[in-house]
Amino acid sequence: MAEFKHRDIIALRDLTKEDIELLISTAENMREINGRDIKKVPTLRGKTIINLFYEASTRTRTSFEIAAKRLSADTVNITPSSSSATKGETLADTALNLLAMKPDIIVMRHAVSGAHYHLAKKVTCSVINAGDGAHEHPSQGLLDMLTMKDRFGKLDGLKVAIVGDITHSRVARSDIQGLTKLGSHIYLAGPPTMMPPCVERLGNVTVCGNMKEAIQDADVVMMLRIQQERQGKTLMPNTREYSRYFGLNPENLKLAKPNAMVMHPGPINRGVEMSSYVVDGDQSHILKQVENGVAVRMAMLYHVCGGELAE
Amino acid sequence: MMETLTVLLDESGIKRALTRISHEILERNKGVKDLVLIGIRSGGAFLAEEIGKTIAIIEGVTVPVGAVDITLYRDDIKSHAAHLPVGKTDIAFSLEGKRVVLVDDVLFTGRTIRAAMDALMDHGRAQSIQLAVLIDRGHRELPIRADFVGRNVPTSLKENVAVIFNEKEQPVEVVLEK
Repeated sequence: MAEFKHRDIIALRDLTKEDIELLISTAENMREINGRDIKKVPTLRGKTIINLFYEASTRTRTSFEIAAKRLSADTVNITPSSSSATKGETLADTALNLLAMKPDIIVMRHAVSGAHYHLAKKVTCSVINAGDGAHEHPSQGLLDMLTMKDRFGKLDGLKVAIVGDITHSRVARSDIQGLTKLGSHIYLAGPPTMMPPCVERLGNVTVCGNMKEAIQDADVVMMLRIQQERQGKTLMPNTREYSRYFGLNPENLKLAKPNAMVMHPGPINRGVEMSSYVVDGDQSHILKQVENGVAVRMAMLYHVCGGELAE
Repeated sequence: MMETLTVLLDESGIKRALTRISHEILERNKGVKDLVLIGIRSGGAFLAEEIGKTIAIIEGVTVPVGAVDITLYRDDIKSHAAHLPVGKTDIAFSLEGKRVVLVDDVLFTGRTIRAAMDALMDHGRAQSIQLAVLIDRGHRELPIRADFVGRNVPTSLKENVAVIFNEKEQPVEVVLEK
C-alpha cells in the first residue's frame, strides 16, 4: 500500500513519482467534500496550522486556509505587515517563537529560495512550501497536474508548453519537476532574458527559440504571469512588445492541438501574457485550477500530518 | 500465524444470505419507497451492489446504491504510521429523508460503523439508518448492532474473518483465519 513518508513538502524535486501519484489520488477523492452542503470532515481535528506569508498572496493563502478548515484543523494567518519580521526578527527566531505555540504544520511563503529548508531544520513540526523565491511552488505544481489528469486521464506522454518568464517562475520549476516524473514532456519559450541557462537539466525539457515552436501541437499551454514586481526594466522593452511575441491569443492558440488546455497560475495580466478572448474562452481551465487547488492542499495537509511517525 | 483457513460460507451460501437480507430489508421497509443502499468501501460497497441487484430482481425497481469511504472519519487515524490512502465516497443523491441501509462485510468492533454514520450525517439528515452485514463476528466496543445479519460467527480476538471477492467484485467465499 502506498505510504507517504515525508514530514515536509518543500519541493516536488524531493518527492518520488509514487508520492506525487498518492497526493493526486487523495486530492481526487477529497474533492467530493467540497461539493457537499456540509464541507467538513473531522480528520485533522485538534491540529493547528500556521500560515506564514512573507509575500503577498490571495489565492494560495485562502486556498490553504479553506483546505485546513475543511479538514477541521485550526488555522492562524500571519502576514509580514503584522509580524515581527518588520521589526527585524530573523526567520529562525520567528520559527522558534511560533514553534513554542505548538503548531502541527507551518505553511510558509518566502521571497528567498530555499528558506523552507532552513525553517525545517529549526522546527519539529511539518513545513509546507507555499512558494519560495524562484525555487518551487509544489501545491501549484500538484494542482496543475491534477487539472491535466482530469482532462487526459494520465500525464504520460503529454506535450506541455510553458511560456513566459521562466527565470522568475517557481511554478514552472515545480511543473517541470512533477511533470517530468510523471512522463510528460515540457517545451519552454520566453524572451532570452527570462530563460535560465541550463534549464534543460531540470527534467524532460526542450527550450524553444520562439513561442510558436513551443505551442505547436501542444496538449497543454501554460502561460506564466509577467512578474512586474520582480523585474527591473532591463528584461523586456515594454509589455506591448512582450505580448506581441509571447502573448497567447486565439490566433496562435490554433497551433496547439484542437481543444488544447489553456492554463495560468494566476493572477493574470489580461492583454499582456494572454488576451481576454483566451482567458474567458472555452479552452481555459484557469478556474478549474483554482478549484482543484483546495483539494490538492487538503491532500498535502492530510499526508504530512500522518507522516510524522514514519521512518 | 494465520495459517488455518476454515470456509464459513461458499459462493452459494453467500448468495442465499444476501437474498434473505434483501427480502428482510424490503419487508422491514415495506417496499422500496425512499430506500437507498450505501456500502462501506471496499467490501461493503461490493455487497451493496449485490443486494441492489437482488432487490431489483425481487421488486422490479432499482434502488439508488452509493459507497462511502470512512478513512477521513476514522478514530484510529493517529495510530497508523502514515495516513492511509483515501478512497472515493460516491453518493450521487441526497440522503435527506431517505431510509438508508448501510452495508458492510464484517461487523467487528463497531468503530467502522460509527465512522460511516458520521460520514452519512454530513450528507444530509436521513429518515433512518439501518445496518446490514454479511458476518457478525462479535467483540463490539461501541453500542452498535446490525438490523440484518447474514451469519453470526462467534470468534476469538486472535482469529480473523475475511470476505473474499473475485476480480468482478463479487463475493466468492467467507473464511475464518486462525
